Amino acid sequence: MSPKGLRPKSDWRPKCAFLLFACGFWLAFPAVAQAARIGDAIETDWREQALRFLSLRDVAVRNVVLGTICMGISCGLFGGYVVARRLALFGDTLSHAVLPGVALGFLWSHTKNPLYIFIGAAAAGLLGTVVVAWIQKTTRIKEDSALGLVLSGFYAIGICLLTVIQKMEYGDQSGIDSFLFGQAAALSLEDVQLMGVVAFGALVMVILFRKELLLTSFDEGFARSVGVPVEFMRYLLLLGLTFAVVTSLQAVGVVLVSALLITPAATAYLLTDRMATLLILSACFGVAGGVLGAFVSFLGSNLPTGPLMVLACSAFFGLAFFFGPKHGLTARWARLRHRSRQVLLENTLKASYHVLEQNGFATESISIGALAGRRRVSVAEARREADDLLAAGFITLVKKGEPSPRLSQDVLFTLAPSGWERACQIVRNHRLWELYLTNEARYAADHVHEDAEKIEHVLGEDVVRQLERILKNPRHDPHGKLIPSMEDIERMAPRDHAPEPTAGYFRRA
Amino acid sequence: MAEIVPPLEVHDLTVSYDRRPVLYGVDVVVEPGSLVGVVGPNGAGKSTLIKTIMGIVPPNAGWVKIFGQPYGNAVTRVGYVPQRESVDWDFPVSVMDVVLMGRYGHAGFLKRIGKRDRDIARDCLQKVNMENFASRQIGNLSGGQQQRVFLARALAQESDLYLMDEPFAGVDAATESAIVELLRELKDRGKTLVIVHHDLSTAREYFDKLLLLNMRLVAYGNTEDTFTPELLQKTYGGRLTVLSEVAGATAGRKEYEREATPSHES
Repeated sequence: MSPKGLRPKSDWRPKCAFLLFACGFWLAFPAVAQAARIGDAIETDWREQALRFLSLRDVAVRNVVLGTICMGISCGLFGGYVVARRLALFGDTLSHAVLPGVALGFLWSHTKNPLYIFIGAAAAGLLGTVVVAWIQKTTRIKEDSALGLVLSGFYAIGICLLTVIQKMEYGDQSGIDSFLFGQAAALSLEDVQLMGVVAFGALVMVILFRKELLLTSFDEGFARSVGVPVEFMRYLLLLGLTFAVVTSLQAVGVVLVSALLITPAATAYLLTDRMATLLILSACFGVAGGVLGAFVSFLGSNLPTGPLMVLACSAFFGLAFFFGPKHGLTARWARLRHRSRQVLLENTLKASYHVLEQNGFATESISIGALAGRRRVSVAEARREADDLLAAGFITLVKKGEPSPRLSQDVLFTLAPSGWERACQIVRNHRLWELYLTNEARYAADHVHEDAEKIEHVLGEDVVRQLERILKNPRHDPHGKLIPSMEDIERMAPRDHAPEPTAGYFRRA
Repeated sequence: MAEIVPPLEVHDLTVSYDRRPVLYGVDVVVEPGSLVGVVGPNGAGKSTLIKTIMGIVPPNAGWVKIFGQPYGNAVTRVGYVPQRESVDWDFPVSVMDVVLMGRYGHAGFLKRIGKRDRDIARDCLQKVNMENFASRQIGNLSGGQQQRVFLARALAQESDLYLMDEPFAGVDAATESAIVELLRELKDRGKTLVIVHHDLSTAREYFDKLLLLNMRLVAYGNTEDTFTPELLQKTYGGRLTVLSEVAGATAGRKEYEREATPSHES
């Protein structure tokens, strides 16, 4: 790899993110605005609805889209750290713990004033985390139980308070229950502005502290040892996480907001091995999932927005899970298949070598029948295997003057140079490993074959060199058979022209 | 006459977890240019000693000075290799990212990592023969390779004092000899190294000084003076039973009470 390639190409990212954000703000404060609630849709034709959504003509639609974008950015970014630091359960607890704060914020202001609710929720969320830490510190209860305790306890308080509010005179049309299950359509301009501030804060924080956040997330001890203020970073992240959760509550609800933290980031985690890329992808998946969910909801499906957003994010995760290029299921499966095909090819080549060895290398041609006998498979099967070798260029069929044999088992083939080399390597690997196990690891001679059958396919050249050194370039395996060395492979490689029937591979002096 | 400031001075250091002492009144002064092996049985407090020196674990009593200063003022003069198990190797960082972390202390808070830092990191990777792995995700490495990455990160710190926690644990023979060679080279350049090690069979060969530890400092000095049957027997011959029992009883009294009357809590 060239030195240039080692340099992370990260310099454009902050700028890009900032531009994106500036565009978002420009959209947020348009000069002309037509007042219409997202729920007031009269048109039922989905094409017109789609056009309405995509043109961002209505203020309500614009609010939802902007709010969703901000939510995707803040939840995606903080979610990246949540997933990488294994704080998923923590995020879930936080999102439930804010509910009493939402209710108290409402009781305080008697309206659905986003700022009061925001302050109340943030305070409750932080209190929840303090309680978790306190339980852990003073009792023998472990983190998962402490989180579960706080999650359910706080959530229960919140539900009770919400019920109380709904029974009050001003509670009826409060819309406070949108916090439970989310109602993106009810997002007001103030809500969106708050979301924008939080998303902007998240971006600034992640860009400004990316070094410190990375180090504290990866190796806290080392971070402390180089003087990074670990506690400060932890609380900063916690605070940001709380803000992201609180501002997203209205759109997706208390129960589902943790999905927005975890799912986009987990999707990104499947696709990349770098933190910076993970954060960018995570934010992108958060935004895309959110907007897609809002879009589908707007098309008149009558389904709630929050769950649709989460489903859209989960769909992305599903795609990455099955079709991710590196960690995806399909890619793994393809690799496995390729591997087992290689093993089969190598086993067939090895069997061919054994056939030649049995004849004392007197001839160069091998019949399919002999191969089938050696491989302990049917002639048809052996023919198929030989065809695979032929397709891979490891063997050539012998065509003599006589008419071609009708029976498969009489078909003759010879090993091509590449096939010969590969066969020798496999046999050498097998026998070297057997010898190593018997001589160095003191295995009984009849125990080594099975193990060598597997190892022979995975031994690398440097391990082979090492084994040869340890065993002092052995010539014979524990069963007394010749171990083909590198020299044998080169010296005895068959020539390209038609083989002489009497010439063997090993013409020893 | 100018007095030589010792790279590491530990004075009457006592550390405990949950009020159970792990280290008890440890005094040691390490001279410049020494290659010190910290040796002792499991649970002797070897890692705790290193972590306390680094300021990762707060001490109950006593103090640590690095080049005559408290740790906070000497951050850039200390390099650290934590135990390999202390991090999540699935974490989404590349080998290069990890080595660059060694430069964070020099770059300072909020400052960017520059080209010079990258050059240094690349040199350090070369020193541990890992330059071809720079862009690999760290989870795809063998144990020995992972240890080399940690070592490269410490080298990138360009420090004068190095503290390493079990750098030889679970590495292959080639890595082990590479590490030993590197330690010697650092020592020859006048660096001071304090290394936690738990293989007695190689301790004598690797280090010129030994610090025998078992809760208390058993001995500290040149290897030929300290690697004696009597001192090793003292180090490994069981814990200081009376001390740890008495200390455990005072620390645990409250817990015993709580266990005896669990019904009060529910």
